[in-house]
Amino acid sequence: MEARWTRVALRVWAVGILLFLFIPIGLVIVYAFNVSTIQSWPIPGVTLRWFGQTWQDPEVRRALLLSVEAGLMATAVALVLGSMAAFAIHRFQFFGREVISFALVLPLALPGIITGMSLNSFFAFNQVTFSLWTIVIGHATFCIVIVYNNVLARLRRTSSSLMEAAMDLGASGWQTFRDVTFPLISTALVAGALLAFALSFDEVIVTTFTAGAQNTLPLWIFGAIRLGQRLPEVNVVVFVVILITIVPVVIASRLTGGGAAGRVEAVAAAEEV
Amino acid sequence: MTVGALARGRKGGRVGRIQALLWRRPWMRAALLLGPGLAWFVVIYLASLVLLLITAFWQINPFTTAIERVWNLDNFRTLVTDGTYRLIIVRTIGLAAAVTVTDAVLAFPFAYYMARVASRRVQTALFAAVLLPLWASYLARVYAWILILNHDGVLNWSLLLVHLPPANLGYTNWAMWIVFSYIWLPFMIIPTYAALERIPQSYLEAAADLGARQGRATWDVILPLALPGIVAGSIFTFSLTLGDYVTPLLVGGAGSSFIGNVVYSNVGIAHNIPFAAALAIVPVAVMALYLLGARRLGAFEAM
Repeated sequence: MEARWTRVALRVWAVGILLFLFIPIGLVIVYAFNVSTIQSWPIPGVTLRWFGQTWQDPEVRRALLLSVEAGLMATAVALVLGSMAAFAIHRFQFFGREVISFALVLPLALPGIITGMSLNSFFAFNQVTFSLWTIVIGHATFCIVIVYNNVLARLRRTSSSLMEAAMDLGASGWQTFRDVTFPLISTALVAGALLAFALSFDEVIVTTFTAGAQNTLPLWIFGAIRLGQRLPEVNVVVFVVILITIVPVVIASRLTGGGAAGRVEAVAAAEEV
Repeated sequence: MTVGALARGRKGGRVGRIQALLWRRPWMRAALLLGPGLAWFVVIYLASLVLLLITAFWQINPFTTAIERVWNLDNFRTLVTDGTYRLIIVRTIGLAAAVTVTDAVLAFPFAYYMARVASRRVQTALFAAVLLPLWASYLARVYAWILILNHDGVLNWSLLLVHLPPANLGYTNWAMWIVFSYIWLPFMIIPTYAALERIPQSYLEAAADLGARQGRATWDVILPLALPGIVAGSIFTFSLTLGDYVTPLLVGGAGSSFIGNVVYSNVGIAHNIPFAAALAIVPVAVMALYLLGARRLGAFEAM
């Protein structure tokens, strides 16, 4: 057992780390209400007027719309392909299974710049015009992995005897899927979809390499911070983005009982297979 | 399984026949399920990676910036001989290593507290608290540090409060070091915690019975057993820092370019994709060596 003073020191350290993790996020939220256009501390006063102005900004609206579109489409592709792959890997033993399950996590394990750069040269090589579709393809590539991991984790915890029982009672393959398998994995699908959307909604690096002239919301923020322009609007957008990405994650972790698999767990799981 | 197949066979019809066929040939079902995802993966992702590798050995026409498919090693030669690029590569790898060590030092006591001191309830709460910032938008967290570190930011204000001179860390390599350490810290905490949690209490009791004091037991028993977790975390902190270019661009000053920045400007501005590809291979090669080294140390076997 740890000595008393060690425990006290560890507790102090833990509190320090928590402060380190959360103070910056808290601060950035406070700045969204900054009355001044100059971003200095302490803020001179509190206002809500930047929220209205940001909402009226057509550039921000376009960027938000593009982000939502790309996120939804990438999530849809990921849901279909990711869960199918999870079923196959879970149900069947075949040659090259380990290789496939390892290769599937590469988009999350390799630095984003590698994925972005290689997709960029792939599109350029095939003379594909950069558009919403290239963004969707780029995002789906890593979103698939998120869905795959969540569904696979659920399937591993689900006994296959339930499906076998349904079939023994005469249910067809489709009936078994609709009435037994799907309800069992539905929350994992929702969790995977929410996490995939959150990841896509926040993605910068792959997006810069796969987007054409249009901006997604993170690209707009990136550009504005770089130029130091319209910082009051940046404050508001950043605040909203934090909400949009954190809320789905909290819901996802509720749905899976805290077991939603994000980036860390995805790579850890690959090593277990 | 056969019962199911028979039941369907009796039902007849084309759908029934297809289902029966799929039942009898499991590999067909596997192929049907895995096919689309795998095709996507191979055709788009793996093909892109291979293309990246190939492009690195090509070059561009300096006048038209069109890619010429002539095999040569010029891009790599430039990387090795040009002092600027060498400096950038060394800076990137050096900072990635510094961030990794910093995160390991910050994470270990925290993970230790989570795994071995905190109550079950606190443990769950801390786990969620560590993961949450990871999802709170990467750009938002970088931006938060710009606000903190800039001249009129919270840091200088706090220093003034305790009568210290202003630090003015904004737009320096120090700023990059702080921001990277901050952003990737959860990636180090989680695997370290997982490794610490798996150490049986009896090991420590045995160490104590054999006369080891707290410090000795931590050093000789806990640390070696936690090492695989720390190495797993370091793979994230190291790899993510190596491949980043957003943080250097936003919080680094002039002359703090990373490998990623040069890749980015070669794609976007110079249109020299072969050279960008050659440069992008550097982090991949470094990561491959790093993983090999980690394996050599026996870090993976203990996992």
